[in-house]
Amino acid sequence: MKLFVCVNQVPDTETRVKVGQDGKTIDRSEINLILNPYDEFAVEAALQLKDKNGGEVTYVSVGRDSNKEVLRKALAMGGDKGILVKTDSVGDSYSVASMIASALKDSGADMIFFGKQSIDYDDSAIGTMVAEMLGLPSASVVVKLDVDEGAKKVVCEREIEGGKETVEMTIPCVITAQKGLNEPRYPSLKGIMAAKSKPIQEVTPSAVDSLVEVTEMRKPPAKQAGKILGTDKTAVPELVRLLHEEAKVI
Amino acid sequence: MKILAFAEQHDGKFKKVAFEVAHAAAQLAGQLGAEAVAVVIGKGVEKIAPELGGYGIQKVYAADDDRLALYSSTAYGKVLANAAESLSLDVILLPASAMGKDLGARVAAKLKAGLAADCIALRGEGGSILATRPVYAGKALIDLKVNSPKKVFTLRPNVFSPGSANGLPASVEKLSLNLQDSDFSSKVTAVSIAKAGRPDLTEADIIVSGGRGLGAPENFKMIEELADVFGAAVGASRAVVDAGWRPHDDQVGQTGKTVSPSLYVAVAISGAIQHLAGMSSSKYIVAINKDKDAPIFQIADYGIVGDAFEVVPELTAQMKKALGKD
Ligand SMILES: Cc1cc2nc3c(=O)[nH]c(=O)nc-3n(C[C@H](O)[C@H](O)[C@H](O)COP(=O)(O)OP(=O)(O)OC[C@H]3O[C@@H](n4cnc5c(N)ncnc54)[C@H](O)[C@@H]3O)c2cc1C
Ligand SMILES: Nc1ncnc2c1ncn2[C@@H]1O[C@H](COP(=O)(O)O)[C@@H](O)[C@H]1O
Repeated sequence: MKLFVCVNQVPDTETRVKVGQDGKTIDRSEINLILNPYDEFAVEAALQLKDKNGGEVTYVSVGRDSNKEVLRKALAMGGDKGILVKTDSVGDSYSVASMIASALKDSGADMIFFGKQSIDYDDSAIGTMVAEMLGLPSASVVVKLDVDEGAKKVVCEREIEGGKETVEMTIPCVITAQKGLNEPRYPSLKGIMAAKSKPIQEVTPSAVDSLVEVTEMRKPPAKQAGKILGTDKTAVPELVRLLHEEAKVI
Repeated sequence: MKILAFAEQHDGKFKKVAFEVAHAAAQLAGQLGAEAVAVVIGKGVEKIAPELGGYGIQKVYAADDDRLALYSSTAYGKVLANAAESLSLDVILLPASAMGKDLGARVAAKLKAGLAADCIALRGEGGSILATRPVYAGKALIDLKVNSPKKVFTLRPNVFSPGSANGLPASVEKLSLNLQDSDFSSKVTAVSIAKAGRPDLTEADIIVSGGRGLGAPENFKMIEELADVFGAAVGASRAVVDAGWRPHDDQVGQTGKTVSPSLYVAVAISGAIQHLAGMSSSKYIVAINKDKDAPIFQIADYGIVGDAFEVVPELTAQMKKALGKD
């Protein structure tokens, strides 16, 4: 099977966000960048399919030179090659999705995997957008996946509020992966060494304008530390009173 | 300018967030001197469509078809995008729910529309719309404008007021659909709703969450009992999800659910930055933790420094009394 996985580079979850000089983006100095956590589930899903059915896994990342780090990280987990769609101006989800769609248009992909969400802008959009741009069916927020390569049939489960939906589609198709789909493997030392010699191709996309414009970024109003009501259960009546009279939540 | 509210329903019942989106569309229309209409998609939805009148929508377009009983990303996407095109609806509001996020992305791609996802505020000013949304899991907020002719916004559930239901029933017009089998290339064939009784995390008004300090999975019984008195949902930290004590759909945080209930009760949760990212926008936060230096106290409105095994049962008992449930 021809399998593709789109991977993004994002600030580490520990990051304390500072607003940058331009007042519209974050200060990128002193930020540790990682492979987007949800993309690890996407990588693992593709690798498991390759382990089972054979084929080829290619990673795609849109962004700066530093995005090669996440391509290498994914290649260390397994898979065959990377494509860096190189641009300094990573815009809104529509523009990134357009660049991915043009890179994959004639790729002959059987399945394209995404994370369900990037933990930077949390859009949860790009996978489904790419599916639409390529005219493919998709299932988002997938926690269980069954692929019947012979019948070209995919049955999966996606998470919805309070439950799950079973989604059926045919190959070629798009999946966005949610935590719970699998346990991503750790790159082995051998894998890390092998990744160094796997090819990463660079392509230059034609410019796609961002349709969304950020006018200001700011920190949310700081929450004041509240009252410590006590050190044992004798504080409970006061808590109940405050919930009722001050917070008015009960 | 015309504004479209996508009114999400399942099984012939509107979700609460459908009313939030409808009301937000009506308010935005008021600020912009525009008109707000709603689109509802499903089976048997013509019957329920008039309900939206109560939330400020006068006109509802119903895509009512047996084949649309369950969600289909491709077919719903086609129906909604076609409605937006043929009715010249330029601004599309959807809930940032499992369905709304998927459908919003489909429709944005179809219409070449910019998408502002997970908005927590919308303002119509001088003919344009300014949206505010959290990014980096709530560690920052951005204001944004969508510059394409068609614009898609998804609205975080539980943040926008549904207003109060009044007003006349909306008038309903059935959309003529031209659906082929090929439009259902991706389709939902079954739905299973897990735990009945307790509300879902992302929709709950009150959440009680437990952390690793509870020591063992069976001790979540105490959390569930407190949740049941409040009519609350049960959440968990990643530490307990990773330990297999709770399913991963219960996880609150940067790589779990983002929630903004009126009340969030954190029991035996330390308050790691990734956990705070998912719940710090809750209106009121209560922390129960035996370590007075736990970071959770820095964002809690009310804290009790104490042993959960002592404090929680007492809170459950007193809440029962206060609510007349004992
Ligand atoms: C990439 C990444 C993503 C992550 N995403 C998330 C996420 O989405 N959500 C999330 O929650 N975490 C996330 N984490 C994990 C996070 O860093 C913390 O490890 C986790 O939140 C800790 O869970 P906890 O508070 O339950 O456990 P601990 O940090 O172990 O805290 C337990 C607390 O219980 C208290 N305690 C112990 N006994 C009692 C008692 N008897 N009564 C009262 N209090 C008691 C202790 O004082 C302590 O404060 C992520 C981490 C990484 C690296
Ligand atoms: N710059 C990028 N390059 C490649 N893939 C990306 C990029 N940004 C996002 N993605 C993919 O799209 C998914 C959803 O991202 P988003 O819609 O931004 O939340 C991510 O989990 C990645 O799989």
